[in-house]
Amino acid sequence: MSDIADRVKKIVIEHLGVDAEKVTDNASFIDDLGADSLDTVELVMAFEEEFGVEIPDDAAETILTVGDAVKFLEKNAG
Amino acid sequence: MVSPLGGNVDTSWKNILDGKSGASKVSNFQVDDLACQIACQIPRDPSVEGYYNPDDWMEPKEQRKVDDFIVYAVAAADQALADSGFKAETHEEQIRAGVLIGSGIGGLQGIEEAAHTLADKGPRRISPFFIPGRLINLAGGYVSIRHGLKGPNHAVVTACSTGAHAIGDASRLIAFGDADVMVAGGTESPVCRLSLAGFAACKALSTSYNDTPEKASRPYDTNRDGFVMGEGAGVVVLEEYEHAKARGAKIYAEVIGYGLSGDAFHITAPSPDGDGAFRCMSAALARAGISAADVDYINAHGTSTMADTIELGAVERLVGDAADKVVMSSTKSCTGHLLGAAGAVEAIFSVLAIRDGMVPPTINLDTPSVETKIDLAAHKAKKMNIDVALSNSFGFGGTNASLVFRKVAD
Repeated sequence: MSDIADRVKKIVIEHLGVDAEKVTDNASFIDDLGADSLDTVELVMAFEEEFGVEIPDDAAETILTVGDAVKFLEKNAG
Repeated sequence: MVSPLGGNVDTSWKNILDGKSGASKVSNFQVDDLACQIACQIPRDPSVEGYYNPDDWMEPKEQRKVDDFIVYAVAAADQALADSGFKAETHEEQIRAGVLIGSGIGGLQGIEEAAHTLADKGPRRISPFFIPGRLINLAGGYVSIRHGLKGPNHAVVTACSTGAHAIGDASRLIAFGDADVMVAGGTESPVCRLSLAGFAACKALSTSYNDTPEKASRPYDTNRDGFVMGEGAGVVVLEEYEHAKARGAKIYAEVIGYGLSGDAFHITAPSPDGDGAFRCMSAALARAGISAADVDYINAHGTSTMADTIELGAVERLVGDAADKVVMSSTKSCTGHLLGAAGAVEAIFSVLAIRDGMVPPTINLDTPSVETKIDLAAHKAKKMNIDVALSNSFGFGGTNASLVFRKVAD
C-alpha cells in the first residue's frame, strides 16, 4: 500500500469516525461509510490540507470512493 | 441540565443548596491580558462528583462540527427527556412534540476561530460545518433529529432572557394547541477570549476578584462589581396537563404565568425606575390569575451588577405589604450568569425549590447595599413551603420575561 493510500485512509477514519477495516479502496464515502454531502466537502478539504494541493470542484465531484481519492492524489500530489 | 455546578440537575441542585460557587480562574486559554480572568465553567475533571463528559452525549466526530452550546443542549435535552419518560414513537406522537431551545449568542468561539482561518488560510479552508455548527436554532435542530420531534421547531434569541422566553413561549404553543409536548430551554457556551473582552468592554463583568473568584458573584452586596460569566444549558419537558396525567407522568410543577415586557430605554442598562421589570412580573401574575401576595419564592435575575437594586425596587413595588413574607434569592451567586441559558436553569431551580420546599441561597451577600424587608436568603438555603415561585430574567436590549410556577396537588 502506498504512503498516499495510508494517509488518505487515516484522514477518512478520523473524519468519519469509522473502523479501519471498513476503509477499503472500493468503499464509497456516502454509501458505505455513512458520510453525508457536507462530510464529503470536509474530506476533500482535509485531503487538500494534508497533501498541499487544490482539488477543483469538478474533480471533487468525481471522488466518490477511497480509491478515487488515492488515485487522484497519486496523480496530482507533488 | 449542564451547569458550572455539575453535569446533571441533581448534582447542580445539591451544590446550590450547599452554597457552592462554580467560579474559578480560567486556565484553558490566555487571560492575563483580560480585565476579567474568571468564569463559572462546567466541571470536566473526572475527579469531580457529577462531572460533565461531552462524550456521554455526542460522538467526538460530531462534537468537532459544532460549538459547545449545541453539545450542552443535547446533553440537557437527553437528560430531561429520559427523566420525563416521554418518547415520541408513533408518527402522531412525533408531530405533536416540538422543540424550542434558544441561546443568547450562539457559537461565538467557533466564529472567532473561523475568522482566524479565513484571514490566515483563505475561504477554501472554511468547513462546511462552520455555519450549521454555530446557528442558534441548530441546538434545537440537533435535539429534534435525535429524538424524532417533528412538531414546532423554534428558537429564541433575547440575550439573558432567552431561557425564560423559550419556556414561556413553548408553554403558549401548548396552550394554543400547536403541540402536546415541548422540549424547551436555553443554552450558552460564551466562555472565550472574545466574549470576555466584549462583556468587559461593556463594563458588565466583575474585575476585582480575579484572585478570589468564588467571592466575585455577590448579588445585592455593596462590594459587587459585575457579573461572572457562566456556561451550560437548562432544558425542560413541558406537556399539556391532561396529556401528562394520562400517561402517568411525574409532574414537577405547572407553568401558570408568563409575562413579557420591554424597557425601551437603553441597549445595555435597565430602566432605572424598574418599570419594565415591574410590568413584566405584573403581566405574569395577571396571566396566572394570582396576586403578588401569593408568591412564596422569587428567583431573581440578580446578576451582581448595579441592576440588582433596580430589580429589588421593582419587586418591592410589586409585593407591597407582603414584602416581609416573600423570599427572593439569586442562584447566579453560585452559578454565575449563564446568559441565554440562565432563565432556563433558574426555572428548573425554581421548580426544584417548590418540590423540595427549599429556597436556594444568595451566597457572598455579606453587606447588603440597600435595606429591604424582603428576605434575600443570604448565605444559607432556607427550608419553607413553596406553593408558587416566580423567576425573572432581564436582558440587554431591555427585554424582560417572568415565569410563574405552581405546585401541583397530589
